[in-house]
Amino acid sequence: MDNNQDKVLNEVTQGEYKYGFVTDIDTEKIPVGLNEEIVRLISAKKNEPEWLLEFRLKAFRHWQTMKMPSWANLKIPEIKYQDIIYYAAPKQRVAPESMDDVDPELKKTFEKLGIPLEEQKRLTGVAVDAVMDSVSVKTTFRETLAEEGIIFCSFSEAVREHPSLVQKYLASVVPYTDNFFAALNSAVFSDGSFCYIPKGVRCPMELSTYFRINAANTGQFERTLLIADEEAYVSYLEGCTAPQRDENQLHAAVVEIVAERGAEVKYSTVQNWYPGDREGRGGIYNFVTKRGICKGESSKISWTQVETGSAITWKYPSCILRGDNSVGEFYSVAVTNNHQQADTGTKMIHLGKNTRSTIVSKGISAGLSQNSYRGLVKVVKKADNARNFSQCDSLLLGDRCGAHTFPYIEVDNQSAVVEHEATTSRIGEDQIFYCNQRGISTEDAIGLIVNGYAREVINKLPMEFAVEATKLLQISLEGSVG
Amino acid sequence: MNNSFLLQIKDLKATIDNKEILKGLNLEVKPGEIHAIMGPNGSGKSTLASVLTGREIAQVTHGSVSFDGKDLLSLSPEERAREGIFLSFQYPIEIPGVSMVNFMKTAVNEQRKHRGLDPLSASDFLKLMREKKELVEIDSALTNRSVNEGFSGGEKKKNEIFQMAMLEPRLSILDETDSGLDIDALRIVANGVNKIRKPDTSVIVITHYQRLLDYIVPDVVHVLYNGRIVRTAGKELALELEERGYDWIKREADNVEA
Ligand SMILES: Nc1ncnc2c1ncn2[C@@H]1O[C@H](COP(=O)(O)OP(=O)(O)O)[C@@H](O)[C@H]1O
Ligand SMILES: [Mg+2]
Repeated sequence: MDNNQDKVLNEVTQGEYKYGFVTDIDTEKIPVGLNEEIVRLISAKKNEPEWLLEFRLKAFRHWQTMKMPSWANLKIPEIKYQDIIYYAAPKQRVAPESMDDVDPELKKTFEKLGIPLEEQKRLTGVAVDAVMDSVSVKTTFRETLAEEGIIFCSFSEAVREHPSLVQKYLASVVPYTDNFFAALNSAVFSDGSFCYIPKGVRCPMELSTYFRINAANTGQFERTLLIADEEAYVSYLEGCTAPQRDENQLHAAVVEIVAERGAEVKYSTVQNWYPGDREGRGGIYNFVTKRGICKGESSKISWTQVETGSAITWKYPSCILRGDNSVGEFYSVAVTNNHQQADTGTKMIHLGKNTRSTIVSKGISAGLSQNSYRGLVKVVKKADNARNFSQCDSLLLGDRCGAHTFPYIEVDNQSAVVEHEATTSRIGEDQIFYCNQRGISTEDAIGLIVNGYAREVINKLPMEFAVEATKLLQISLEGSVG
Repeated sequence: MNNSFLLQIKDLKATIDNKEILKGLNLEVKPGEIHAIMGPNGSGKSTLASVLTGREIAQVTHGSVSFDGKDLLSLSPEERAREGIFLSFQYPIEIPGVSMVNFMKTAVNEQRKHRGLDPLSASDFLKLMREKKELVEIDSALTNRSVNEGFSGGEKKKNEIFQMAMLEPRLSILDETDSGLDIDALRIVANGVNKIRKPDTSVIVITHYQRLLDYIVPDVVHVLYNGRIVRTAGKELALELEERGYDWIKREADNVEA
C-alpha cells in the first residue's frame, strides 16, 4: 500500500512552474552588497527628498542591530546579505509617457504573464501597476481613476507627486523597528504601488499590482501603501511570479493599509513566486510584513490570500482594530508541495470596542513540505465586546508532509468571545479510487477535492481572479496524492 | 467466439497482502445478462469487484479478463470506468467539500470525452440530473450535498444507483447493494436498476440474500466460495441457498478440494 501511495504521490507532484522564463533585457544594477553607500545610492537613483533618505538610513542602522527571527517553524538556510544586489531596473525611461515608450520586451513579458499593459486589452474593470525588479513599468487606467480623485501610481512617483501623503502615512502601520525584514525593506525598498482613495469614493475598478522578479542575484523589496479615506472603498489585488533559477532569491516586502472611519479595504493576494524544483533547489524566500489599521470607527480590512509559490514563506497579514465597531478578516489558502515551507497566518489586535475579527485558514500540504498556521488574537483591556472566530483547517496529501497549527490567544477583557476550531484531514486513497471508478483521473480528483476544500476562501477573491486561483491550486498540486 | 461475451474471466488468481484470495476463477457474461454471485462472507466477492475495477489492493497473479474484447487488466481504473464498468460500492466513500453536482458533472463529461462527445452544457446537465433523480427516486436534497457526506447507509446505496443511472454503464457490479436496506428502500433501489437497464447492458449482482433477486431476476446464479466459483445454475439456485444455507455447498467444495 505504501508503494502505491508513493507512486501516486510522485505522479501528482510533477507540476511544472509555468512562469519560469527569463526576459532578455538590459538591466541596470548597482554593485552587490549592503552598506550606507548603497542605501544612499538607491535613494539618489530615485532622486528622493532628504527626509526619505534619512528614513532609510535610520532603518538601515537599526537593521544592523537586529537578528533574523528564528521563532518560525522554518528551516532557513543562511542568507548572505552582502551577496545580494539591492537595486536592479530594466533600462528604459522610468516613467513612460505612453505605451510607445514602454520597451517592447517588457510589454511582451507582461503579456506572456497574462498582464497586457495596453488598457484596451485588460480585463475590464481592473487597473494594474506592473513592477519588474526594482521599478514600476507602467500603471494603467490612471486617468480614469484620477477623475474620481483616486491616486494610483508607483511608490516612487507618489514620493515625487504626493510627498505629504507619503510622509504622513509611510511607516505609520509598520514602523522600521517592527522586525528584521521590515527594517531591511525600509532601508532598501525600491518601488511598489501607492494608492489613495478620497473621502466617500468607491473605487470603480479593481486595483492590482503585478510583481515580477527578472534579474538574477537580486532581491525584491517593494513597498505598498494603501489609504482609504473616510467612507471610501477599494478592492486591491496583487500577483507575483519569478523565473526558474537554481539559486534562492529574497523577496522582503512591506504592505501598509490605513482605513479611516467607515472605510473598507479588500486586499487579495495570489502569490505564485517560483517555488523551487522538486528536489528543493532554488525558489523565492518570501518574507513579507503586511499590516492594516482600522483607524476609524466602523472601518473594515479584509485580507484574502492564495499562497502557492515560494520556497519559504514567512507572512502574517494582520489587522489592528483601533476604531470602535471595526472589522478585520483573514482568509487564506496556503499550498505547499515538494520541499516548500510556509509559516503563515495573521494577527488580529482588538483595541476598540465591539470589534470583530474572522480568521479562516486552509493549509494544504503535499510532498515533503511543511505548512504551519500561526495566529494571534489579542484583546486589550479596553476592548469591550470583542469577537473573534478562527477556523484553521489542514489537508494532507500523502504521509511525508507536515501540517502544524500555532494559535495564540491573549485576552484581557472578560466580555470577549474568542472561538477557535481546527481540523486535520487527509485525501485518502479510497476517495481517489472512488473518483477513478467514476471515470475521473487522479489529478482531476485531487483538483475537485482541493477546490471543494478551499472554496470558502476562493469565493472571497474578486471574480476575475477566482478562476485563475482555482487553476493555480490544481497546477501546484499536479502530480501529488495518496 | 469470444466476441459474444461482454466480460470473460479466465482462470483468475489474485492476492491481497500476498495471500491468495481468488484461486482460479472463470466467469462469462453476455450482453444483456444478469448474473448473481452469492457466497459466504470472506469468499472473495468484493475482491473480484476490486480486480475488475482496478483497485490496487488486489494483485492479479494469473489469468486474464477481457471486456468487450479489450484486455481489461491493462487499463487504468478510470479508463475501465469510461469504458462502461460501474461498481456500486459495498461501502460508498464520503468526499467532504465536493458537491454531488460537481462530482457528477466531472464524471459524466469525462465519459463523454472518452466517447468523443462535447461536454454537456450546464442546463443540459441539470436536466439530466433531474431526470435521473426521478428515475431512481432519490431525494433532491441529497444531490445538493457533498458526495455521501453524512448520508445514512440507505441513502448511500441509493446514491450509488443514482450515479449508475447518470453514467449508463455497460456492465454494473452491485456489491451488496441490498445490505442495510429496509424493504421499501430495497424495492426502490431494485426498480431503479431495472429501469436503468437496456437490452444489451449486463449486471453482476453480489448478494447474500435471495430477496434482492426477487426484484432483479438473474439469468444465472453462481456460488463463490473460497476464491472459486463452485456452482453455477439458474435462478432456482438462489432459492435453494435461501432454504438450505451455504453449509452443504461448503462441505461439497471442501470435499472436492480434499
Ligand atoms: N483490505 C484488506 N486487507 C487484507 N485482507 C483483505 C482485505 N480485503 C479483503 N481481505 C481478505 O480477502 C478475503 C476475501 O474478502 P472479500 O473479497 O471482501 O470477501 P466477500 O466480499 O466475499 O465477503 C477475506 O479473507 C478478507 O479477509
Ligand atoms: Mg464483500
